[in-house]
Amino acid sequence: MNGVGLEHYLIVSAALFCIGLFGVVTRRSVLVIYMSLELMLNAANLALVAMSRFNGNLDGQIMVFFTITVAAAEVSVGLALIVALYRKRQSTHVEDLTTMKL
Amino acid sequence: MTQEILFYVFSFLTLLSGILVVANPVSRNPVTSAMFLVLTILFMAGLFVLLHAFFLAAVQILVYAGAVIVLFLFVIMLLDLKEEETRRVRKIGAGIGILAVASVFGLMARTIGTIPPTASSGASRPTLEGLTAPLGNALFKQYLLPFEILSILLLVAMVGVILLSKKDLR
Repeated sequence: MNGVGLEHYLIVSAALFCIGLFGVVTRRSVLVIYMSLELMLNAANLALVAMSRFNGNLDGQIMVFFTITVAAAEVSVGLALIVALYRKRQSTHVEDLTTMKL
Repeated sequence: MTQEILFYVFSFLTLLSGILVVANPVSRNPVTSAMFLVLTILFMAGLFVLLHAFFLAAVQILVYAGAVIVLFLFVIMLLDLKEEETRRVRKIGAGIGILAVASVFGLMARTIGTIPPTASSGASRPTLEGLTAPLGNALFKQYLLPFEILSILLLVAMVGVILLSKKDLR
């Protein structure tokens, strides 16, 4: 009847994770790298929800709830860092941001 | 049957808009990437609904599409980003990136291939419902301590952001 199983969702999750990884590896704008990181986090969320559903255990969904909250905190701190960096360097291009010292 | 079709439609659209976030052939503007990120998150919320995680689907839309993307757009508009469009992508870097990522995907797919198939075996039909009441129960009973620690984390993040966005970083 319902031919979609756990492995289908996991394949979608893995593919989305790899798309995000590709963005992190190849893009050169810090903001787009950050968006790709969000994609990877979302892929992990999808895998957790699928596992939770097919194992009949609610803990996976609780984990995703926590992940979403931590991701929101992470995004706010990261974007504040990017804004602070831009003020000092006038650039968000990773090749211009090769030294850690401001 | 409709669930099956919806799964394929949603996952195709999720992956398509995910690809358009990182490698858009038309535009290299970060705003376009952010907009496709919204689409990815919305379609993923659709997948969550198919997995009967209704509460998480709502949270996904509220937190990601509502808060995170707005934050991204604010920062993109705050910083005047014209430069990204002019710089060219290095072909060799993209090629090596595709190779590396494809091998990572191959590893993952092989691992997923080793788990026994769940779709055909009708014996264990998934019955879990991610409604708000059971999630809230677990969150406020079994997971009360992590929940409270999370609120401290949010407070710390808020203080950190205020400190970072002050005029002089001292």
